[in-house]
Amino acid sequence: MNGAQDLGGMMGFGPVRPEPEHLRFHAAWEKRALAVTLAAGALGQWNIDASRHARETLPPGEYLTSGYYEIWIKGLEKLLLARGLVTAEELREGRMRAPGPALPPLRAEAVEPALMRGSPYDRPATAPARFAVGAAVRTRHFHTPEHTRLPRYARGRRGVVDRVQGVFVFPDSNAHGRGEAPQWLYTVRFAAAELWGEGADPDLTVSIDAWESYLEA
Amino acid sequence: MTGHHHGHAHEHEHEHEHEHEGSELSGMALRVRALESLLVEKGYADPAALDALIEIYETRIGPRNGARVVARAWADPAFRDHLRRDATAAIHGMGFTGRQGEHMVAVENTPEEHNLVVCTLCSCYPWPVLGLPPAWYKAPAYRSRAVMDPRGVLAEFGVALPEGTRIRVWDSTAETRYLVIPMRPAGTEGWSEERLAALVSRDSMIGTALARQPGAAPMAEAPA
Repeated sequence: MNGAQDLGGMMGFGPVRPEPEHLRFHAAWEKRALAVTLAAGALGQWNIDASRHARETLPPGEYLTSGYYEIWIKGLEKLLLARGLVTAEELREGRMRAPGPALPPLRAEAVEPALMRGSPYDRPATAPARFAVGAAVRTRHFHTPEHTRLPRYARGRRGVVDRVQGVFVFPDSNAHGRGEAPQWLYTVRFAAAELWGEGADPDLTVSIDAWESYLEA
Repeated sequence: MTGHHHGHAHEHEHEHEHEHEGSELSGMALRVRALESLLVEKGYADPAALDALIEIYETRIGPRNGARVVARAWADPAFRDHLRRDATAAIHGMGFTGRQGEHMVAVENTPEEHNLVVCTLCSCYPWPVLGLPPAWYKAPAYRSRAVMDPRGVLAEFGVALPEGTRIRVWDSTAETRYLVIPMRPAGTEGWSEERLAALVSRDSMIGTALARQPGAAPMAEAPA
């Protein structure tokens, strides 16, 4: 969707503010926000693509003025409500009104194995890749209110396939509960002039990771 | 968090100071506390598991992991070759596995081309090797400009590349996670991997810094 999350090429946010490497959190609540987000995700009631869609559907003004852990918490609250795990009254009061569906929580002893295992997103290929390294491609030009990982700045642009990565879960489907629908994934590289036009840096190239259905010959 | 609070937060490193400001920050603190107690009460979160999650990301998973990967790539040609062929296997083989590092690609800086990594759409970042992303990596200023004006962004990090150096920006739009291998500084021949790793900052593995020169000021205390 053309939401506030799709930031590439926007202007006016001011300078980047570097931070020292050892500074990991800016407030104690950020640690708790990280932990509740990961623990709730482990309940298995949504996938990473649905999480991203919950965050990007925040109103643009709110998204752009929220820190990232704040975006996480607001997205998490939306998912918990949408799945019927909590009610709006419960969120407001911070207290249970009635039990929700019984789901086993992530236990302390399972934390490390779960984190170290991760969740691979590659899937077996069932068809050959349509494009090879070096192929000239054009990204499709579309505007969808649903979740997509093709950023606006790279839609309808000519590029070259730089890597063929394998077959991966397709977020545009997976975010909406329509299944993993795996597709070939490519790295597609663009000259800056193709993306940004006049005055673009002649010594700059930018690549995205693009699923096969984003691409045309 | 507004821009004002954001900037303010950078000036302090003591978390507790922010809990008493009577601002949006304490509003978020209350909101997260309410959410946490609700999830615990409903049986959806185990307080001990929450503490374990925080402990792991505070003490064990951080950019020193990635620095060890870079140092080994510099010191061991066979490992560098493995990293080029299959970064996922090479990095997992060092024990740096798991969430947000399931699919890895290592991109090497050269005198001709400098690599920079961004996630314009959210905050994709290689957690097992770099830990949690810094606030600037997730904020609009970096995400908006890294793909259009990376030289301007680098200048804000105090980095000026030699004239004619090409820049390659990797926008992490899928589950592939990118680790930049900075150029090895001259004058480090024969150094141990441990010594080399101390030259590798987090930012140099994102592409917003270069590796430290030998003899430069050591980096601030950095666990994991």
